[in-house]
Amino acid sequence: MSLSRRSFLFGLGAAGTGLAVGKTASASTGKEFTGYPDSYGVLHDISRCVGCRQCEGACNTVNDLDAPEKPFTDTSVLDTKRRTGQESFTVVNRFEPKGKRPHFAKIQCNHCQEPACASVCFVRAFKKSPEGPVVYNPDICVGCRYCMVACPFDVPAYEYDKAFSPRVRKCTMCAPRIAEGKLPGCVEACPKEALVFGKRDDLLALAKERIKKHPGRYIDHVYGEKEMGGTAWLYISDVPFEEVGMRTDLGSKSAPALTSGALGVVPMVVGLWPVFLTGMYGMTKRREKVAAQDQKVAVTAAVQEAEAKAAQELEVCRAKAKTDQEKALAKADKEREAAIAKALEEAATKEVPPETDETPHGEEA
Amino acid sequence: MNEQIMAPKKGLMTPFNIGAAIIVVAGIIITILRFTLGLGAVTNLSDYYPWGIWIGFDLMVGVALAAGGYVTSSACYLFGMKRYHAAVRPAILTGFLGYFFVVVSLIYDLGRPWRLPYPFLLGWGTTSMLFEVAFCVALYLTVLFLEFSPVALEWLGLKKARNLVHKLTILLTILGVVLSTLHQSSLGALFIPAPSKLHPLWYSEYIAVFFFVSSIVAGLSMVIFEGAISHKALHHRMGKEYLENHDDLTLGFAKAASMVLAGYFTIKWVGVAAGNHWDLLATGYGLWFLVEMFGFIALPSVLYAVGVREKKFGVIKIAAVISVLGIIVNRLNVSIICFNWYLPSADRYVPSWMEVVISLFMVTLIMLVFRFIANRMPLFDTHPDYRDNH
Ligand code: SF4
Ligand code: SF4
Ligand code: SF4
Repeated sequence: MSLSRRSFLFGLGAAGTGLAVGKTASASTGKEFTGYPDSYGVLHDISRCVGCRQCEGACNTVNDLDAPEKPFTDTSVLDTKRRTGQESFTVVNRFEPKGKRPHFAKIQCNHCQEPACASVCFVRAFKKSPEGPVVYNPDICVGCRYCMVACPFDVPAYEYDKAFSPRVRKCTMCAPRIAEGKLPGCVEACPKEALVFGKRDDLLALAKERIKKHPGRYIDHVYGEKEMGGTAWLYISDVPFEEVGMRTDLGSKSAPALTSGALGVVPMVVGLWPVFLTGMYGMTKRREKVAAQDQKVAVTAAVQEAEAKAAQELEVCRAKAKTDQEKALAKADKEREAAIAKALEEAATKEVPPETDETPHGEEA
Repeated sequence: MNEQIMAPKKGLMTPFNIGAAIIVVAGIIITILRFTLGLGAVTNLSDYYPWGIWIGFDLMVGVALAAGGYVTSSACYLFGMKRYHAAVRPAILTGFLGYFFVVVSLIYDLGRPWRLPYPFLLGWGTTSMLFEVAFCVALYLTVLFLEFSPVALEWLGLKKARNLVHKLTILLTILGVVLSTLHQSSLGALFIPAPSKLHPLWYSEYIAVFFFVSSIVAGLSMVIFEGAISHKALHHRMGKEYLENHDDLTLGFAKAASMVLAGYFTIKWVGVAAGNHWDLLATGYGLWFLVEMFGFIALPSVLYAVGVREKKFGVIKIAAVISVLGIIVNRLNVSIICFNWYLPSADRYVPSWMEVVISLFMVTLIMLVFRFIANRMPLFDTHPDYRDNH
């Protein structure tokens, strides 16, 4: 089989140089980003896939992964639905759409144009390279696994069993092989040309051409053209995509585009909250101060009033006391005079009345 | 200093101490397993569920429930509720301990925890919501530490240092509110880039707002809840000011919680309406959503209101417990239960018993440290030397 039939490349050497220049990409600045020009991708034609698992085997070899329990020639593994894992960067699943022959679909990292995994990584361990592959740097990864949470295609896997150097694992689009001018392992191994490697733009055109050339055969949709902002791996199929286990509810907004709104609020909070809170504090302070002042005024007034009243009362008391005193004196004088008069009288008559008995009687009454 | 009497000697063999001892021993053993054999040896984490209860409970719930710190200090210092002054210290301490153990849990959960400073040293992943969370939590932990330090400095008798930090109170409080607003909401925003993975009834473009508003509920309810527990267990350590204002504070916070819950209830419906997901209410997940909405949001809101009106503290306490449970339910829903909800049950995550023990281990450590500090430092009381100084 000729190289050009499974690759849409007309000069792999040029690809190599392109990769060597390789500027680092940050597909994650929140700006409008429509993908790198001339980046690579793979077109998977689901209608052609026969489920032979040769791509899986090739991927295992080129990536030096552990050998699985059952050999790649054993198709009984297709009886259960599988996902990508730390030792399997790609898997093929069998689906039985109603009233149709069994279909097979390969999954692996889709190398998104604006990858969720790269946009959520807080150390930027994932990068979208200008050549297309989304590459991972295990040397800085902290192992938070947010990339796995965010990937809409459930692709990255983690080495949970490693205590000291666990890594996130996923398909690399065979970036090292592309740099050497080779095809990705899986593309090279496919006997049915269900996988084609090439420039994404060319692949998109090829996909649309195939759909147009065979009216009624394909679903009129290139999966990956727009999904989650577009992916480097593209798919066409003769059965609805949801019948071969692919999500059709992802929408076309990329992860960084989704997040940018929430991130945009940050400067607002940082800018406005302190102003508002300081204002709040100022108002509280002022209210307290005013309250304190009011209180002070009220207290002084009350004190003054009380003092005035007290003085007045004192005056009244004094006056009263004076008159009382005068009265008492006068009374005392009178009493004294009366007593003297009485004593004189008594002395004259020499008669003593029984006073002690009378007083308690009077009190009782 | 009569107030400084130590805890009455009850003996060490209380049921709490025995339970705590068992959990601590089991926790230490599992810790050793975790760090020698790897995450896979002790957790049920999978490629579908990279985040389990150490994130869903320890981090998500931990941060929300530690919101009492910023809620109380801002109510007291910024919003003029001076009479709640006595509640600030315990709230700040629980906040600090909560955040501290969130970071400890994170060390358990990260694949390579010793690289925790990398985001700040090597790759500034500023497009990541997690970067914002990490950045704010790191700063806020420092703020909480400073806010709490007067207590320790009073205990140690370092007057100058204490008065210096005390002068910064307002600045620290404002900083605390800004940082809390950011990371409480960012925890919800962690899920914004993954609309396809979280159930539509819980996913919302407003999820960050939901997380922030519910963190206020969590903070208020935790202060009431902790106050009730501490009141029983640590009564002998409480100063006059704390005891006198305790009921007043409970009523004030309960009233606020009732209103915030009502607002939260409303905006959650706005979220459903914005996504136009009414049809999903008739599904199993819809039922579960209704349970959360009515059982854990509307119900405590009403109970709080009734409790305040009738001055029934028992009712308020029940409302606080339901609200706290509601926060736990919500955070677990978002991060685990309604995450990857479409997967067949065989692929779903259920925590291993060892993960549960580690989570209990963290909670136990928080309680032990809190008790240690409350029994020694002037937490529910100002140090006699500084009584008039606030
Ligand atoms: S498919 Fe997933 S892992 Fe691959 S680039 Fe897209 S988001 Fe990243
Ligand atoms: S696990 Fe590693 S690569 Fe993935 S988001 Fe975390 S730090 Fe980045
Ligand atoms: S591109 Fe390479 S790594 Fe990716 S699935 Fe194919 S062989 Fe595996």
